[in-house]
Amino acid sequence: MLYFSKLKIIFILIISLFLILIASSNLFKFDNNFLKRNINLGLDLQGGSYLLLEIDNKPVIEQKLQNLTITLRDYFKGKNIKLVNFILQNEKILFKVNDKDKQKVLDIFNNKESEINPYYERFKSHQLEITEENDFLSVIFSKQGLVKLKTSSQEQALEIVRRRIDEVGTNEPNILKRGNDRILVELPGLDDPMRIKTLLGKTANLTFRFVSNNNEDTFGNEKLNYEDEEGSEFVSKRIILSGDNLLDAQPRMDNEANETVVTFSLDRVGAKRFGKATSKGIGRQLAIILDGKIISAPVIQDTIAGGSGQISGGFTFQSATDLALLLRSGALPAPLNIIEERTVGPGLGQDSIDAGIIALIIGFILVIVFIIIKYKIFGIITNTALIINLLLLVGVLTLFEATLTLPGIAGIILTVGMAVDANVLIFERIREELKNEKNRLIAFDSGYSKSKTAILDANITTLLAAIILFFMGSGPIKGFSITLGVGIFTTLFSVYFIARLLTVLYISKNKNKEIVI
Amino acid sequence: MIAFNKYYNQFNILSISLVVISLLFLIFKGLNFGIDFKGGILIELRSTESKVNVSSLRDRFNQMDLGDVSVKKFGNETDYLIKFENKDNKKNIIKDVKKNLDKSFGNSIDFRRVENVGPKVSAELLKSGVIAISVALALMLIYIWIRFEWQFSLGAICALFHDVIVTLGLFSLLGLEINLSIIAAVLTIVGYSMNDTVVIFDRVRENLRKYADIKIFELTNISINETLSRTLITSITTLLALVSIFIFGGEILKGFSLAMIFGVIFGTYSSIYIANTILVRLNVSQKTILKDEEKN
Repeated sequence: MLYFSKLKIIFILIISLFLILIASSNLFKFDNNFLKRNINLGLDLQGGSYLLLEIDNKPVIEQKLQNLTITLRDYFKGKNIKLVNFILQNEKILFKVNDKDKQKVLDIFNNKESEINPYYERFKSHQLEITEENDFLSVIFSKQGLVKLKTSSQEQALEIVRRRIDEVGTNEPNILKRGNDRILVELPGLDDPMRIKTLLGKTANLTFRFVSNNNEDTFGNEKLNYEDEEGSEFVSKRIILSGDNLLDAQPRMDNEANETVVTFSLDRVGAKRFGKATSKGIGRQLAIILDGKIISAPVIQDTIAGGSGQISGGFTFQSATDLALLLRSGALPAPLNIIEERTVGPGLGQDSIDAGIIALIIGFILVIVFIIIKYKIFGIITNTALIINLLLLVGVLTLFEATLTLPGIAGIILTVGMAVDANVLIFERIREELKNEKNRLIAFDSGYSKSKTAILDANITTLLAAIILFFMGSGPIKGFSITLGVGIFTTLFSVYFIARLLTVLYISKNKNKEIVI
Repeated sequence: MIAFNKYYNQFNILSISLVVISLLFLIFKGLNFGIDFKGGILIELRSTESKVNVSSLRDRFNQMDLGDVSVKKFGNETDYLIKFENKDNKKNIIKDVKKNLDKSFGNSIDFRRVENVGPKVSAELLKSGVIAISVALALMLIYIWIRFEWQFSLGAICALFHDVIVTLGLFSLLGLEINLSIIAAVLTIVGYSMNDTVVIFDRVRENLRKYADIKIFELTNISINETLSRTLITSITTLLALVSIFIFGGEILKGFSLAMIFGVIFGTYSSIYIANTILVRLNVSQKTILKDEEKN
């Protein structure tokens, strides 16, 4: 155990120096691209917001089923099968068909080549499931059908979320999928997430619909409130124009009316429809509706043919800017709910860094002093290994550009406390061996080899705990498991290579002197 | 040599009572779950305004009709920690709270930290926390089972359960909050306690091979004494690091480091007085390990 070949020494030195160089890039700025690495600070240290959004797919499912009823009716009409009594409830379509056609309908649904019910070869499943329920046939999305639907609405939502956040212009946002109906948003350095939360909380479904003359909540009409919650109008369900037809939207100061408005321009189809509707509807009120609430319902004065217009609604400059932003970035496929939020202000983040560093320095000094008192010269060796261990740990974290969190700093401090263990095991063993063994080299050698299994056991158990934490934990806790886990490897390296090398150098220099551990 | 074995019985009784008392606390008093596991909103705020204090803040919050609100000082003189449930799941609740406070205390309040955990997420976090600890215990069991004879495994696992149960019992007794970082602490304790036990067991097994004629009662004592200075030094350096985190590492790490401090102390104790006594009670002898080695 005591012999080191020259090659091995060079190898140890190269690895150590390389990692220390990498570690130092946190302090100095290197021009070299490879060395230009940094430990990332977690949101709890640099401040920022963590938002977990859940997509509420219910409206999407209902909309899809709504469309499906029409498709089904038309499709089977073409086959001379009449489907009647459609009911849509609880994410389920119910309908009736006469008994002689029932089997035909079932066959069409369950055929792998079915035109209305796609078959996913990969999952061995249809999109829809059909069952008999009393007199009715019932159609629901199959498990795979739902998964497909959720994944696709997640894709769309992710895109819209990204656009909205990019428009606000925060620095380096992190937007990721979680499961098949969640989106994780990390916004480093963002002090106040209120604005982004408000922006993400809006579906931004824009429609232009005529205000109805018929003051009744009937099949073609619905009663909608104004956004400021004062008053309501009966509005036709027929959509003249929707947000999909929008090309651009900008906030602007309307000098004539002396208020802030949002101007928009439409695509070709939209412009044509808008022109037609405004020419037919002169004198009528056209309601501009966002997410089920009326922003304003101006009376049409004139035909608007140019494909552009403006929305007024008592906006402040901020609210006009936000509305324009929402309209530009498009509507979400479904509402998003914030189901988890964690925001740390920059002040607290800096305080946490300071406290963590002070705790690290003091913990480190306490351990070092204790070890020197306990082991004297071998204490110096242990401490040298400990300092190098710490540098290597920082080096590895920098090399992989790991994210450092507050519990992560705690993990580093804990590593300092526990790293001594291996050296203590070795030295205590050598002490015992020295009692019975006159030949010092043999005593040292067997001290190292006999303590090996205990050290291995000790580190494997801690590593197991760290691995579980890595896979189960989130954010800050993950940071803890990373520093704890990496710490185990750097500890073993520093104990078996650095401390052992120093020990060997020391005893070979003091061959003839008494050595006391 | 210290005669640890003289007190095996007394400490066994103590440990059993501690575990029973802890279990009673856990069952009847329960744990004080933080918002991570219970759901709700946490706000850490700082204000230099002299009007702001625990009672004025409590008054303000009670007027907002948020249900049960807990207001506490948080470390610094100017810092407060406020916790409440978001029963109706209001969307803009944090914005509303901020507006309300600004109105009463004239924009002097700075929200340093806001956490809002929905009921669905908190249930998931609790589930994954329980899974994490169970998986950790199971993995340790498998590991020790591979490394040692079953008598040793039983000893180590009993020590492990003791540490986890008593640490949680203490948290229940003191009403300390259980949050995500406490789960991390418990897992680290599991690793640490195992580590400590394994080092002594390693020595017990070595000594079993060496001395055929020494009874396990004596033998465990010899092994504990031989490894004692390592046990103490490692516990001390680990505790030095942890105490440093506890005192200087800021409010957020207090619970975490406290749980670890308890855990290290219990872990050291249980390696000596639980793991070993089980070997004694199962009457482990040289035959136990030799039989096993022949089989392999």
